[in-house]
Amino acid sequence: MNATALEKIQAAFPEAAVSIALDTAVVAVRPEKLIETLTRLKNERDFKFSLLLDVTAIDYLEYPAVQEARFAIVYTLRNWQKNLLVQVRTPVHDPDAGVPSVTALWDSANWGEREVYDQYGINFIGHPDLRRILNHWQFKGHPLRRDYNIRQGQICYETDSLEKEIKARLATKGVSQSMMEDINTEIMFLNLGPSHPVTHGAIRILTALDGETIVANVNEIGYLHRGFEKTAESLTYNQVIPLTDRLNYCSALMNNIAYVKAVESWLGVEITERTKFMRVVLSEFFRIQDHLVCIAANLVDMGGLTNYWYLYNEKEASYDLISRLTGARLTSSFTRIGGMYRDFYEGWEADMDHHIKNIEKGVSDSLKLIAKNRIVHDRTQGVCIMPKEKALSYGYTGPCLRASGVPFDLRKDAPYYNYESFDFEVPVGTTGDLYDRLMIRFEEIFQSIRIIRQAMKAIPEGPIFVDNHAVALPPKSQVYGKIEGLANHFKLIFEGVKTPPGEWYDSFEAANGELGFHFVSDGSGKPYKVKVRPPCFYIMGGFHEMVEGAMIADTVINLGSINIIGGELDR
Amino acid sequence: MALGFEASLGDSVVTTKLDAIVNWGRQYSLWPMVFGTACCAIEFMSAAASQHDISRWGAEVVRFSPRQADLMLVCGTVSYKQAPILKRIYEQMPEPKWVVAMGACASSGGIYDNYCTVQGIDTIIPVDVYISGCPPRPEAVLDALMKIQDQIKGESVLKDRHKDFKGILD
Repeated sequence: MNATALEKIQAAFPEAAVSIALDTAVVAVRPEKLIETLTRLKNERDFKFSLLLDVTAIDYLEYPAVQEARFAIVYTLRNWQKNLLVQVRTPVHDPDAGVPSVTALWDSANWGEREVYDQYGINFIGHPDLRRILNHWQFKGHPLRRDYNIRQGQICYETDSLEKEIKARLATKGVSQSMMEDINTEIMFLNLGPSHPVTHGAIRILTALDGETIVANVNEIGYLHRGFEKTAESLTYNQVIPLTDRLNYCSALMNNIAYVKAVESWLGVEITERTKFMRVVLSEFFRIQDHLVCIAANLVDMGGLTNYWYLYNEKEASYDLISRLTGARLTSSFTRIGGMYRDFYEGWEADMDHHIKNIEKGVSDSLKLIAKNRIVHDRTQGVCIMPKEKALSYGYTGPCLRASGVPFDLRKDAPYYNYESFDFEVPVGTTGDLYDRLMIRFEEIFQSIRIIRQAMKAIPEGPIFVDNHAVALPPKSQVYGKIEGLANHFKLIFEGVKTPPGEWYDSFEAANGELGFHFVSDGSGKPYKVKVRPPCFYIMGGFHEMVEGAMIADTVINLGSINIIGGELDR
Repeated sequence: MALGFEASLGDSVVTTKLDAIVNWGRQYSLWPMVFGTACCAIEFMSAAASQHDISRWGAEVVRFSPRQADLMLVCGTVSYKQAPILKRIYEQMPEPKWVVAMGACASSGGIYDNYCTVQGIDTIIPVDVYISGCPPRPEAVLDALMKIQDQIKGESVLKDRHKDFKGILD
């Protein structure tokens, strides 16, 4: 956030308290000014915050510093052209009365606010469809409130019928109850999921059909809600790392890196050059892995099983390097705050060379099968289009946003880890159809390979941990040989890395889009609150816009093309 | 080489026990139904792909319709929201059927000891084999498959399995 932008915001909102946390401007407003502030931030020429990245609440019940109210709501906004980040926050005095909904400004607020309602029990006045999203409909209470016992499970006996919701959606399409029942215009309801081969996990897609064409669509998520955020509150910062593996398990190491990057930014820790390069190499390698699985599964959905073997075999082979390096195939837990678990093993360059060469070959072979394939073109071109404006409104990021023609990539627009010094292109689509989403992932694989090759040439020798033992564990010789080393080790293991009190948001370009973490720290070694901003969640929130008007078979491949990963979607 | 009574039947007839012949057939033609929810499902993909190739044990016909399957593989975390679906799918599978709980989450809830995760799927449906690991390696999936095959060998076709099971949703 540059100084002029900050001044502009302060000048535009003289009554609000504007502060800065990392590169985010935090605007604290009175509840009655909330809608006005957000409307102006979205629409005024100087601001144009077209992306609502995330909505979250904070429960200050056990927070040491006294706050104005028990709850506060935070909206994270981004202007992608100028790369400005703003968080607007307001206190909530009465959660039952709540705050006005911003669904009229951004479509992404729909699911974002539903999640806040579900987890914190804060009402949103004027929300079109305020009901639970992650927890089941028979759930009582709000789990992310500090006074909810983490172990208090509640049994769900029956699945929600979603009848009311699909009929409301049909009504917006001009289908009345009598039309639904008339034998000539009868609507058929079809459920895909939650356990269905097309869903690649557990999502429920309920469609209302006219013949094979989808008239209305309502989706239900939360089947893989595993309480990441609540669990993280009782772990030290380093203990959370294994949980981040299981967010997007197709590219586990990227989540590790995104998470520690967010903590390190707040600590003000500058990691060593070698670690930066390691993180670049590994995150690009895992971006490739993620895209391989996504494309392979997507092409299987289309009927191209051969592609699956070409692509998946390369992923399987890559596990050799990954497991040799990290000790695990899928869930790497390879980063630590202030460094990496360990350095590359000897001879990793040859292995990496070998793997990326094979991946290039596998991907090229697969491309040969589909690039001029009439069936693939007919099934993907002009199908399930997500226009640019809608994609932004629904909070799309990553390959899906770029497919719609928005050239936004954090690696280019807000570079970290020396990304500005690498030579690579960001592929951008034109129409936002299935074809664009598929081809962008293919191209990103080649671009990632380019980055890996450059990083491998430039990677310096040196330590992988920072020389700051308030953050990183001291070497074993010091732990056993010196009292300071022993004390540091003991404190880091038992109390965790102590972060200064405060709140911050930090983001990372993961394989699916912007993976952000919103932290609240009370100064102890455990996060007071962690909120993940998962790219999938908001992408899935706009799913119905893509498939309404398309056919059932298109829905199947569309779900594959947006790469929904349950762990990240539901956390 | 037949002896005694069998010798008088000639080459075209083999005598055996009903259990032995049926179980032999069942053992090598298991049709898995993959109830994949999370990370473990990715490792199951590896077990099915070329390198580990589950078809070497006669279990490559992966069905996503429970009505055509007899081996349920629960790969991943099962939340309370998911539990009624798991139970319904299990009930849709025709007898005889076997269940494998793949990974720590399906076996015990794993690292997710919290408000939304079922603490082991054996609180909902009967489980025959558990696989440890988070996630288990594909070899472990193959090992579980062999354990199921061993178990089938010793079963009787006349006896119902898990008749008196009662889970939290029953």
